[in-house]
Amino acid sequence: MLIIPQPLYDQLRAHGEETYPHECCGIMLGKSDAENLTVHQLLRAGNTRTDSAHNRYHIAPQELIAAQREGRKQGLDIVGFYHSHPDHPAQWSITDFNEAHWFGCAYVITSVDGDKITGHAKITNSFLLTGTGEDDKEFVVQLIEVT
Amino acid sequence: MQIHIPTPLRAYTDKKETVSVEGATVAEGLAALTAAFPAMQPHLYTPEGKLRSFVNVYLNDDDVRYLPAKEDSPVSATDELTIIPSIAGGTPSIAGGCCR
Repeated sequence: MLIIPQPLYDQLRAHGEETYPHECCGIMLGKSDAENLTVHQLLRAGNTRTDSAHNRYHIAPQELIAAQREGRKQGLDIVGFYHSHPDHPAQWSITDFNEAHWFGCAYVITSVDGDKITGHAKITNSFLLTGTGEDDKEFVVQLIEVT
Repeated sequence: MQIHIPTPLRAYTDKKETVSVEGATVAEGLAALTAAFPAMQPHLYTPEGKLRSFVNVYLNDDDVRYLPAKEDSPVSATDELTIIPSIAGGTPSIAGGCCR
């Protein structure tokens, strides 16, 4: 299960509305145990895919390294990532799957529907990347508990 | 040098976030890492021995791929290597397995 406080849940959805019709993306810091990933902090990331920001996102490795450093300071780990799907379902895509390499982490997707000018966050889903490598990886639907 | 291990690869380093290794270059440091933790090898390298395309290695704040000597770049005992898998995606070709 992905456990996330209401204010952070609202923030990640609002981020998708702010960047609409482009995709937003960000990093989730938190703690993990055998059962749950618990989000303690969100770090907004810039989408480096300015060439195709409406349907692609990419987080610069430098931002990931900075997030990892920030996490170390606070005793937190990177437990997942979030991004938005403007005018598309909150469902992982082939691109999402092919580019997913953070096993044991949550990939949160929010659908944002709009008129190409203003968007509203609709559904937010989380997918846990399971497996041990590229050959057996799988996205598994993960329940979200908003606290 | 110290090597910072990302969350998904700690399963192969006995859950260690940071591993200290000896080596005069980035390549030697990574070789020392995989020698100490052989299960890391297939996650970092292809069967042909090349660093996987989605694995980024940073020497302090520099992407090793863009350093003049790349993996042969010299390192000192105080340098830090960070292994960081890439993160990307996008919307077309929806294939997923759920949803509400």
